[in-house]
Amino acid sequence: MIKNILNLGDAALYCDFGSDVNQEINSNVIKYFYHIKKLNLKGITNLTPSYNKLIISYDLNIHSFLSLKKKIENIEIKENNKLEKNLIEIPVCCDNVFALDIERVENKLKLKSEIILEKFFSKNYFCYMTGFVAGMPFLGDLDQEMRLKRIETPRVKVPKGSVGITEQFCNIYSFETPGGWNILGNTPQNIFDSSNQSNPNLVNPGDTIKFYRITLDQYNEIKR
Amino acid sequence: MKSKDRNYFKILRAGINTTYQDLGRNNLYHIGIPFSGAMDKRNFQLLNSLLQNDYNSPVIEFAYQGPHLKYFGKDIFFCISGNVSFKIITKEGVIDGNSYQCYLLKNGDEVDIHSTNKSVYGYFSINGTFGVDYYWGSCSINTQAQIGPNNGNKFSKDLEIEIIDINNSFNKRKLDYLGSTIENIRVIKGTNYDYFSESSQNKFFKESFKITKLSDRMGMRLEGPKIENIVDPNIKSEGLVKGVIQITSAGDPIIMLSDHGTIGGYPKIATVISADYDRLVQLTPGSNIKFKDVSLEDAETLYKLYQMETNNIISQIK
Repeated sequence: MIKNILNLGDAALYCDFGSDVNQEINSNVIKYFYHIKKLNLKGITNLTPSYNKLIISYDLNIHSFLSLKKKIENIEIKENNKLEKNLIEIPVCCDNVFALDIERVENKLKLKSEIILEKFFSKNYFCYMTGFVAGMPFLGDLDQEMRLKRIETPRVKVPKGSVGITEQFCNIYSFETPGGWNILGNTPQNIFDSSNQSNPNLVNPGDTIKFYRITLDQYNEIKR
Repeated sequence: MKSKDRNYFKILRAGINTTYQDLGRNNLYHIGIPFSGAMDKRNFQLLNSLLQNDYNSPVIEFAYQGPHLKYFGKDIFFCISGNVSFKIITKEGVIDGNSYQCYLLKNGDEVDIHSTNKSVYGYFSINGTFGVDYYWGSCSINTQAQIGPNNGNKFSKDLEIEIIDINNSFNKRKLDYLGSTIENIRVIKGTNYDYFSESSQNKFFKESFKITKLSDRMGMRLEGPKIENIVDPNIKSEGLVKGVIQITSAGDPIIMLSDHGTIGGYPKIATVISADYDRLVQLTPGSNIKFKDVSLEDAETLYKLYQMETNNIISQIK
């Protein structure tokens, strides 16, 4: 049952699952997301899961806030339906041409680049959500000593494929877009494929990501 | 199809941000794909009604300046909606066209869409169907994610626009409609309204904001009194919807429009009501806007009234 439902404007429910960011709360969001998606309710035009919120957009010609809120509030997920979790391995090249912010990260974290990258590649990451631009995954969590803020002035263009970190999270830029994350490398792998209309995202909420390091030669080989 | 049977427009000048649009695509926010679709849904709807096309038929949307098109094929009608200046160039001469009125085009005729007047978006279509590909049930071009026909790119010079079907039983129709403008943009307070100081909350509703040039299909950036955040300039990133007004770290409002990023981490001060969205997007850079606070119940009623008004306008098509 979702207890805390507000409105976001006049055509969306704002389901609040808490203020913390952790995998337990997020897994609950994702569970409701998949459940409601499967119900295929008439007049629901979008579902947007994030760390601890689920936004449900609806067609104002079909629903009003109060009637839809009642319907969503009463949804119970009975069985402990386990999330489908895939493990996805993604190659990343951290050659100087791609590691745009490695010096800044070294200075801020007071760690040598080799240590930073060793720590980065030693963990598996959980996908909390995808979005902002098509296919971009928000992954976590980085170790405490790996956490830093965004760069002060966001880049107007972050190259496609860039792998960045900020706070407890890392992400992959599925498109060239403005952005402020600290870039450690670049993946040659396509993160979003619009020709695959049934599943265009390489990574989906609930999946686990394992990054592995490749050389520039290997990068160019995969690109080719 | 033999080339002599083809019906198509050749683009002599592409205009600005010229794309195919329809009602957009649903249920893809969770992978990062926004609704897209025609920015001004009323003018989209009026155009398809005037041309007796299906309600979700593709149209060509342009901003500020439209395309210059040369037609090749059998006789066809076209129509333009929005507040638009355009010329029709035929062998007999050149005439000025009126929006919301259908015109006949013969092989070799041209339509030169100069500009939108005191507005941003205009729409062009024909009594028939453009040959477009569908992506997730929509032909809307989202240039940011490169989704849609024409490889997800806006139109360019020399591109040819195919017409795959012409409605031969079509009768010319018109509508006397001057468009609808708006003075205040009505909003519902946002989920982070209490992140802002009381004096900033007052300023948000009392003072006016100017629309800057940094406005496009993704968002509209405003300039005015700085809105002071007293809690945290960021929130944990969460879903956005069309019309959400976020306040950036610099204290400036930015309104999410149809191609917006699906999640964001700036606090939400308010959301534009659905009834005012079509008229909001038509406001040009340099215009001043004021926000007015309404309740959720009022917003729902105002939307119903707006839809009734649209249907009423459609019923006046002759």
